[in-house]
Amino acid sequence: MTLTVLYFAWLRERIGLPRESVETSAATVADLVEELRAREERYALAFSDLKAVRVALDQDLAEFDAPLAGVREVAFFPPMTGG
Amino acid sequence: MSVRVQQEAFDYGAECAAFAAQPGSAGAVVTFCGIVRDNDGTLRGMEIEHYPGMTERALARIEAEARTRWSLTDALIIHRHGPLMPGEMIMMVATASRHRAEAFAAAEFLMDYLKSRAPFWKKEQTAEGAAWVAARDEDEDALGRW
Repeated sequence: MTLTVLYFAWLRERIGLPRESVETSAATVADLVEELRAREERYALAFSDLKAVRVALDQDLAEFDAPLAGVREVAFFPPMTGG
Repeated sequence: MSVRVQQEAFDYGAECAAFAAQPGSAGAVVTFCGIVRDNDGTLRGMEIEHYPGMTERALARIEAEARTRWSLTDALIIHRHGPLMPGEMIMMVATASRHRAEAFAAAEFLMDYLKSRAPFWKKEQTAEGAAWVAARDEDEDALGRW
């Protein structure tokens, strides 16, 4: 499947791009993170501490064990600081 | 009931006056605004990044949740993004209800949730450079009281 993957805040800066199209057969978010980590050092660095990373699937907050079946957009970002 | 996400400044006085012109059964209006804080006089500016699409969706959901918990006659959330200077207004919430207790509680609920459940990220610029504002544990803990 082809996913649109978005990065925000310091994840965007560390990876060096705001969004990309990712061809993957990952079953869960955690599997996708493993694939990304294995790509290049900048991904490994961005995803080195998952406690500092949040994920949204099709614009709803999700957990790392969530399945990717049927998902089109995955976003990774740090804990939010609105208000 | 409305949610607005925008880069441009808003007129807090005009927004409050318009919101307070409540028809019908409202007897209480609570308004709050958040401004760019300069902790020690070194802040040059702030940049607020957000996730277009999810932001509006998350704020609408938070507002809808507040309406299920309290009997509100109206609610408003305005949140800015983009570059901001110290002292500028970042966001506001307003709530209206028959009596004040519900409006106060709902406004606090909206604030607590939009601090850590709406996809905004603040980056501060000082003479030393730029740094992302870290989320505070207290903000996450604040959700526990609801």
